Amino acid sequence: MQSIHAHGEAAYPNEGAGLLLGHVVDDSKTVVDILPLDNEWEAGEQYHRYLITAQDMLRGEDEAARRGLDVLGIFHSHPDHPAQPSTMDRDWAMPWYSYVITSVQKSKAVGSRSWRLRDDRTAFDEETIQPGA
Amino acid sequence: MATIRIPTPLRPYTNSQAEVPVSGATVGAVLSDLTRQYPNLKQHIYNDGGELRAFVNVFLNDEDIRHIRGAETPVQERDRLMIVPSIAGGRPA
Repeated sequence: MQSIHAHGEAAYPNEGAGLLLGHVVDDSKTVVDILPLDNEWEAGEQYHRYLITAQDMLRGEDEAARRGLDVLGIFHSHPDHPAQPSTMDRDWAMPWYSYVITSVQKSKAVGSRSWRLRDDRTAFDEETIQPGA
Repeated sequence: MATIRIPTPLRPYTNSQAEVPVSGATVGAVLSDLTRQYPNLKQHIYNDGGELRAFVNVFLNDEDIRHIRGAETPVQERDRLMIVPSIAGGRPA
């Protein structure tokens, strides 16, 4: 989580994003690494938008496989905004992935929450984040 | 038959299959066949207007179909397609 927070602080005042890498056991995801990626949204709008391109997703999946890991989800930051998913987040979300959102207030990460899109796409359900050992 | 690679988050809707055999002469027809085989996949690939969702990218033999002929791109017997999501979002303005 420290790495995710540091990435969000470094990206501030823009949104930062990347991939969550790890393992799935039964229905529980364990994140063991992250892969920060460039925010490819139009430069002037990155204060409230992020984009990970299909090409970067492919490269990310290849890198995850190289590390013996799976892509479990996405992390991104919300500058000066709560760690809650927006309508935009929902419109672009994939099921199954965990979406960790970090609130970065005045350049400081103040907390993260994880969300998973419902199968019917109507809303996100919050997931419990259990810090690792 | 051609095959289409399913991204990890959509595999729960294809009985966990990572590669699905599909039939159709065009990319549009192949995607229709895919959602015919797995109807619960449809809402994550198409919006309410029946268009491909903005984050759905389709590659044919490693080339983005947008650079070919989009949904009209011809598909051959042994072609390999991939659905690759782009990911976006962000806080309210």
